[in-house]
Amino acid sequence: MAIVSVKNISKSYWRDSLEIPVLRNISFEVPEGEFLGLMGPSGSGKTTLLNLIAGIDQPTRGTITVANTDVTRLNESQLAKWRAQNIGFVFQFYNLLPVLTAFENVELPLLLSKLSKKERREHVEFSLKVVGLEDRMRHYPKQLSGGQEQRVAIARAIVTDPTILIADEPTGDLDKTSALEILDLLEQLNKEFKKTIIIVTHDPRAAEKAHIIKQLDKGELT
Amino acid sequence: MVFGRLVNVMKLPLKYTLRNMWTRRLTTVLTITGLALVIFVFSAVLMMAYGIQKTLVETGSEDNIVILRKAATSEITSIIMQDQANIINALPNIAKSIEGKPLISNEIVVIINLPYIKKEGGFGNILVRGITSEGIQLRPQVKLVEGRLFQWGSREIIVGMNIHTRFQGCNIDEKVKFGGDEWTIVGLFDAGGSGFDSEVWGDEVQLAQAFGYAGAYSSIIAKLERRDGFDEFVSTFNKDLRLQTLEVKSEIKFYEEQSEVMAMFIRILGIVVTIIFSLGAMIGAMITMYAAVSNRTVEIGTLRALGFRRRNILSAFLIESFALALIGGLIGLLLASILQFFQISMTNFGSFAELAFSFSLSPSIIISSLIFSFIMGFIGGFLPAVRAARLNIVNALRSA
Ligand SMILES: Nc1ncnc2c1ncn2[C@@H]1O[C@H](COP(=O)(O)OP(=O)(O)O)[C@@H](O)[C@H]1O
Ligand SMILES: [Mg+2]
Repeated sequence: MAIVSVKNISKSYWRDSLEIPVLRNISFEVPEGEFLGLMGPSGSGKTTLLNLIAGIDQPTRGTITVANTDVTRLNESQLAKWRAQNIGFVFQFYNLLPVLTAFENVELPLLLSKLSKKERREHVEFSLKVVGLEDRMRHYPKQLSGGQEQRVAIARAIVTDPTILIADEPTGDLDKTSALEILDLLEQLNKEFKKTIIIVTHDPRAAEKAHIIKQLDKGELT
Repeated sequence: MVFGRLVNVMKLPLKYTLRNMWTRRLTTVLTITGLALVIFVFSAVLMMAYGIQKTLVETGSEDNIVILRKAATSEITSIIMQDQANIINALPNIAKSIEGKPLISNEIVVIINLPYIKKEGGFGNILVRGITSEGIQLRPQVKLVEGRLFQWGSREIIVGMNIHTRFQGCNIDEKVKFGGDEWTIVGLFDAGGSGFDSEVWGDEVQLAQAFGYAGAYSSIIAKLERRDGFDEFVSTFNKDLRLQTLEVKSEIKFYEEQSEVMAMFIRILGIVVTIIFSLGAMIGAMITMYAAVSNRTVEIGTLRALGFRRRNILSAFLIESFALALIGGLIGLLLASILQFFQISMTNFGSFAELAFSFSLSPSIIISSLIFSFIMGFIGGFLPAVRAARLNIVNALRSA
């Protein structure tokens, strides 16, 4: 069973009345528990494709189904709720909130759930343990290294136990060692916790971890 | 209402708001200072108006009535002729003094000019009251604190505490020149913070002679036998055609009316000034909040991606500006409340005489000030919060 199914997706942006096609008629499926790598030159539309799957952007044409939900048919408020439950985001620049501690950053997505304070704490502590940062819970992002920040971000992405993890160049801003640690962590999440992962990367070592690689060029799969 | 709904959609914790304010503490402090200044001025003005009202209203007492010329806003602009006074003194239902005489006092009021102690070369108007022994009994709140009462039939006076502390040469045994004669101060009195504290009292007969007031009075004060006899007294009074140029008021109402014009003037002037000031403070808050939104664009995009709604973002930023306003409001109020320990004096528009009063805080002033600061917070924060809530997620995330 495919957990993500992308059918005949096109996406264009308009500058004034000029259409700028970014994605052209893309179709593919991602089976559950897959570790998919998306590669391609800068500007080829990788981020745009991720955004569509993650439900923060809408395609111009085509449908995207994630875990039996047609994402293109949800309205904005349904999408927000859907994202909170189904998508774990990992960004290139971690995107942690600087005024919140590691613990509070990881807790953020849970504030949208109905969990009690105690349950939230248990979930957050578990996630931070998975990424190996249980001893840094009270640290603020600026007191952490880049690699540690990205691990907090991964903890934030998995704390809600989402359907898929979406990582846009997660090692793009890291040194070699930290990058490897992050990739190992993602691999572990995929193997141990059976998380479906879609990762955009330029990093050949990241490509090694992925089971399938899809190449995007000028908005088309090659 | 707005606030209740805000709390409902407040998915982001308050510490997020407070720490963001702390992170940019310089702008936070500047913004709060602006808001605090506006609230300081706003509440100070209301406290001043309220202080005046309180002082004047405390001057009147529940049981007393005042008779003045119709349409006279104060005793200074009032005149009652001797024959009218005689009729009034014979009216029924007036309470009796311990000696069995009717408790009614025909008084005159004049304004004199004396130099201030503080302001070099400045002169102030002082209300001098020619009073009777019944008149003194009618003001039980007035107490001699030093010296003695003036002797009837002599050119002696007693002065209120505010006059004693503010004007030159107003001490016991000193002589004051007015009305073509010298008057010896023989006593100081305390009227418990009421308007009488800003008066000078002497024998009515002596003052009337000195000022050529024979055959006329400024006002008549009396106490009714029964408090509920007011309406009856007024109807008897109004039936007499010879008294048609005059009017009866309860003393409380008389002083209330006197304070209204002045308090209203101060309030309106003060509110106009603070609204102009507040434009500056609100623009300051708006600039601060717009800067906060643009500095945190990626953060907003991230929160939205995680599943936070537009209204969660809107409320987070609105609450941030409400927090600025609330802190500013509380600081402004706190500073203004210090004013309670200061007494100032101003010319009373009603009598044109000096009136000393204190800034006075009331629960309704606190509430008005806080509402005003909330309004500033709302106006300053609304547009920036709307901009934050309307950001497109993809564009916000791209702006890294
Ligand atoms: N909001 C937008 N408005 C206009 N053009 C956009 C927008 N977002 C992306 N693009 C364009 O779409 C193309 C693909 O962008 P992107 O998906 O970010 O590529 P990649 O992630 O592969 O580098 C780029 O040419 C980019 O300029
Ligand atoms: Mg990209």
